[in-house]
Amino acid sequence: MRHDHLLTAKQLSRADIEEVLSRAREFADDPAAHADRHPGALLALCFFEPSTRTKMSFETAAKRLGGDVIDMGSVESSSVKKGESLADTVRVIEGYADGIVLRHPSQGAAQMASEFVDVPLVNAGDGAGHHPSQTLLDLYTIDEHAGLDDLTIGIMGDLKYGRTVHSLAHALTNFDARQHFISPESLRLPRSVRYDLHESGANVREHEDLEAVLSELDVLYVTRIQRERFPDEEEYETVAGQYRIDAETLDAARDDLAVMHPLPRVDEIDPGVDDLPNATYFDQAHNGVPVRMALLDLLLE
Amino acid sequence: MTEKDTELRVSKIRDGTVIDHVPAGEALHVLAILGIDGSGGESVSLGMNVPSGRMGQKDIVKVEGREMSQAELDVLSLIAPDATVNIVREYEVAEKTEIEPPAEVVGLLHCPNRHCITNAGEPVETRFDVISEGVRCAYCETIVREDITDHLAV
Ligand SMILES: [Zn+2]
Repeated sequence: MRHDHLLTAKQLSRADIEEVLSRAREFADDPAAHADRHPGALLALCFFEPSTRTKMSFETAAKRLGGDVIDMGSVESSSVKKGESLADTVRVIEGYADGIVLRHPSQGAAQMASEFVDVPLVNAGDGAGHHPSQTLLDLYTIDEHAGLDDLTIGIMGDLKYGRTVHSLAHALTNFDARQHFISPESLRLPRSVRYDLHESGANVREHEDLEAVLSELDVLYVTRIQRERFPDEEEYETVAGQYRIDAETLDAARDDLAVMHPLPRVDEIDPGVDDLPNATYFDQAHNGVPVRMALLDLLLE
Repeated sequence: MTEKDTELRVSKIRDGTVIDHVPAGEALHVLAILGIDGSGGESVSLGMNVPSGRMGQKDIVKVEGREMSQAELDVLSLIAPDATVNIVREYEVAEKTEIEPPAEVVGLLHCPNRHCITNAGEPVETRFDVISEGVRCAYCETIVREDITDHLAV
């Protein structure tokens, strides 16, 4: 992988993705066996927004490679609270660590931060923007269950603010994938993502009902529709209810459909789905460690 | 009516810039790009909705004692892609410039996305890539298609 930083999934070529996934496969076989890869490497975790899961998976990955992490702690307890700019924060932390993982509520934060540092920087979510390391583990999971070429995937839920969706859609343009986007009208893909998909000649359709495409899908990627996106509770309930998956929904799907979700879920996937062979979201979450090991390994090389 | 006649509807200037073939109705935006609101005391003449053989109707902007910078030309090209910019010295056109859209526009537009890092008080200039349908924030990727001048950082 020939990149200094990982900022968006758009920068990833097919070869980059294949390189990360194949290395992740090596690591997945025996995650504990690679502590000699980067002994002493220090990774700074700068999370300006809470995310226990993503943070812990980067932390695990760094430690599995023989490295360690430093953590700036919660925003409330840090100098950010005193008004320090992000640009200053990363310039200081660059002097402490061999790499930076950044989660920030502002879109474009990772892009900006990367312009101020020379150590590798990984975007672990910038507002409604991108979340490329999540995309790599999504691709790893898709590859395991359905393969990345000749793929028919449904991506459903909040497509407007869902950064994991934006990154995944970009990355899939490297493969021969048919992408079906399923959402309420008000939560369609943003203009900028549609622009990129159009420019790359991606095979994309948009729908309001899952029913229209469910039976064709190899993968159904579900995301959460957030309450706060809606002016009133009643409207939220109506919309969210249409995009909820349960065992009955899956009667109309192919038996080998893989149901994915970046987690955490609230109630968009009924717990009754968990025991079905279709449920892939816990595997997906576990894949975070070997994939982030592979990513860090390549960036720290 | 010849182009020469329509030129005369707007008074001649001695030294300065004549921006011709501005789309009808955009003259005030051109002034906004130049940061001219009258408070600087510049002598400005406008021709609005002037008949034009080429465009049907057009606007003309003449500014005495002022030449345009490349950055100003870059933004101008976004709202008036067919404009001609003439530098006038001693009542004669000294230079004629065809403007071209730049690849990017730096430091001249605000990003309309309030969640964009460029609106968070960071020490960073805005940067917009020019794309076929407008401009696009290099940080948050928001596309601005219409009313680009509403986002001028002047
Ligand atoms: Zn922006």
